Parts: sequence; C-alpha cells; structure tokens
Amino acid sequence: MYNPQLTSDGKLKHLLSIEGLPKKVLVQILDTAESFVSVAQRDVKKVPLLRGKTVCNIFFENSTRTRTTFEIAAKRLSADVINLNVNTSSQSKGEAILDTVNNLIAMHTDMFVVRHNQSGAAHLIAKHVPDNISVVNAGDGRHSHPTQGLLDVFTIRKYKPEMHNLRVALVGDVLHSRVARSEIHALTTLGVPEIRVIAPKTLLPNEVEKLGVHVFHDMKAGLKDVDVVMMLRLQSERMSGAMLPSTQEFFKTYGLTPEKLALAKPDAIVMHPGPMNRGVEIDSRVADSGQAVILPQVTYGIAIRMAVMAILAGGAA
Amino acid sequence: MQLPNPETLLSDITTKITALIKPDTAIVGIHSGGVWLMERILASLEQAVPHGTLDAALYRDDFAQRGLKNQSQAANIAFDVQGKHIILIDDIFYTGRTTRAAINELFDFGRPASITLAVLINRGGAELPIQPQIVGATIPLTSNQRFQLSQTTQGKLNLALEITEDADV
Repeated sequence: MYNPQLTSDGKLKHLLSIEGLPKKVLVQILDTAESFVSVAQRDVKKVPLLRGKTVCNIFFENSTRTRTTFEIAAKRLSADVINLNVNTSSQSKGEAILDTVNNLIAMHTDMFVVRHNQSGAAHLIAKHVPDNISVVNAGDGRHSHPTQGLLDVFTIRKYKPEMHNLRVALVGDVLHSRVARSEIHALTTLGVPEIRVIAPKTLLPNEVEKLGVHVFHDMKAGLKDVDVVMMLRLQSERMSGAMLPSTQEFFKTYGLTPEKLALAKPDAIVMHPGPMNRGVEIDSRVADSGQAVILPQVTYGIAIRMAVMAILAGGAA
Repeated sequence: MQLPNPETLLSDITTKITALIKPDTAIVGIHSGGVWLMERILASLEQAVPHGTLDAALYRDDFAQRGLKNQSQAANIAFDVQGKHIILIDDIFYTGRTTRAAINELFDFGRPASITLAVLINRGGAELPIQPQIVGATIPLTSNQRFQLSQTTQGKLNLALEITEDADV
C-alpha cells in the first residue's frame, strides 16, 4: 500500500500521522530522541546536524506553544528557522495554500512544519512538494498531531519502560482531541495491553471501541489501578453547541482531583498536553503534585521534534 | 593475515596512557569500542580519573548521506571540560572523520587544554590532518577490509578482519 510518509525502502519521508508508521520507525524516533534529551543540558545547546538547512514553520492556525517547541528544536539542530503565520480567513481553498508553499519552495526551504485547522492540510502539502523536501504535521484539524502523540509515548516510556504491562487511561474530551487518536495508535503499536478512555458520551467519537480501547463513563471505575492518567484538554474553543452542561459540572464528574487520582496505582503518573484548564479538567493540587509529569512532557517534546527533523533530514539525500 | 591479540594491544596503550595522567587529565571514550577500552583502562588505574563517553554521530560530516544510525548514543560528559587535558580513546583509526566529529562535540562542552588521541589500531587511510598519538599497532588495510572489535560476555576483547563489499564504506 502506498504510504506517503515512507520512502520506497521504508524510511521516514514525511511525518503526517502516527497511523501508518511501522513499529520500527516509531521505535527509531523514540530511540533517536533519547540521544537529544541531553543536548539541552550542555553549555552549547546545539548540534550541527541541520546546519545550512532552512526549516519553515507555516502556521495557518495560531499555536504559540507548538510553534515555539518546533522552533527551538530546529535551532538546537542548527537549522535556520522561518516562522510564517498565515491568516486563514483570507484563504479557504487548497490552491491558496499551495501558492504559499510554492513561494517558500522557490526560496529553497528544506523542511515544512505545517499547522492547519483542516484535516489533511499537511498531506496536501506533502503530496505537492518535490522529493528533497520533507513535511512535518504540527496538528491538523481534529485529525492528528503526531509529534504530540510521540512525545507522550516517549514520556510514558521514560517513566514506565515496561510498556507491555501498562494500563493507560485517557480522560476527557476525546472527541475534539487530535492527540487522543495518535496516542491510541502509538500505544497499541508499542504493545500497551490496556487502553481506557474515560469521557461522557457526548465527548466520545462514534465507534470509539473500534480503536481497541475500553470505554468508561465513570471516572472512579475507569481510573482504578491505572499506571498512566492522560488528561485531555477540554477544547472549549472547538466546541460548537452545548455538549456540556457547564465547565463546573464537567470538573465535578471528570476533573482529576487528588481523591480520584488515589484510585489509580500509587506510582501512577499524570500527563496533560497543555495548556491546562485548571479547575476544569484538572485540579491544581494534582497538576502541581509530584505525580504530574506535565513539564517533563514539554522538555521531551523538544527532543522528539529534534529526532523527527534529524531523521527526515538524514534520509532525504 | 596474523591478527594481533587485542588484549596485548590494550595493555600496551594502557601503559602509555597511565604515564600521561596528571591531576587535570580526563578520559573520553568514543562509542562503542572506545568506551569498552576506556572502561578497561579506568579499571586498571590506581586513582579515579574524570571520564565520559561520546558518540559523535550528531557531528559527523556524512550525516546527509548516511542519516543517523539507529543506535546512536547520547554523549555523557559529566565533568567540566574547561582546561582539562583530554585523552580521547577510539578502537580503530581510519579516515580521522570520527575523531574530527568527536573533537567538535567536545568543544561544545567547553575548551579543553589539550586533546590526545589514543587508539588500539591505526589501519591507515587518514583523510584529514589528524593522527593518533598513542597507537597499539599500525596495520595498513585496503579499502575493502575493516577491523571489527567486539567484546565477549566475559569482557574479553576480540578482533576480526572483515571484507566489505562496498569499497567506500
């Protein structure tokens, strides 16, 4: 089957979604990221791998956090980075996107990091660019956000290396989360035996069971004996219509409090992709506790993005 | 070809390295062979010497052609490089490109006072103005031959001569 993410000999060509990545490539990215974690702890926080390469962050949708982490990652690899925030209101058709991309190709960009509110935007660009250019999806619509999924899996592997023994729970707005799908795919591929999703019916996609997850609507039952609690951000800005009674009501039922967390294993870790809605999906007492690994997730996110860019740049020749 | 015993070569370079050790000396091994050698050398020293490991994969000049090796290791330099006399250890010296990459990586940790290169075998074929100062043996090979150092589970070194198909490797 044709997979636009891979070269004919199975190497990573673009990173568009975690779906369709063979286990070998997934593990290669995680292992490579290990060697980049320590770069940030040096005097000179830079390695020369992407020296002379130009990385262009094209953000059709605003996301300062994601853009910043990609920018730092590219700069730590010694690439030159250009940030482009494109106003989506002026462009509704795919053609306009490709015009923007053509201009940047003419400026000899080597890699595109693409964020768009429409699913498939990164695929469209990947199909369009010449062979020597790689595309990284930095989040598209509800579809996927592969580097976030990878950094979450990396964080889990760091704290809980025995992945074939884990019970992982994803809690909250699964429907609007582009992380959740990436996550479930990656965890399944890496052999995590039990993945749970805990959410109200209105925040679950149709037929979510088909992804191989166990569905819970009750937080207390769902959190019992889990090793990893992955809180999802309540995407209020993406929510059209009334799917929820109120955020207070949501917190009461699905917010992670110390009392609910006590039902998980005592050494369970708590993750959140950020930015957190304190008092909506997570209690500050949990977010700031020793069990939270939310800031390490940010640190590891840089290493994962460095690994992805390094692998793409190395395979392009 | 009669291959030398790598254990003999190791004890030979260990003697030479021991003679160089001063209070501000540090030892750095290059993955993987250089790290095995370093650990053996450290074990035979009477005093503790600051030490670390490098992979240099992130600094290689052939990255664009070869990409990253899957098993590239993080550098682990826990001592202050500034002002140290560093003895860099690798197993086989060939083109000098690994050494160049390792020197560049070391400089990103600080400014050493000096760097000395110690290798088990110099197989000839340097492509850069870089030469090892401490050498166990010099055995010139043709471009389709290569030495492969390995370590047994008991920690003994083993040396093999391999014929590669690709003359440019």
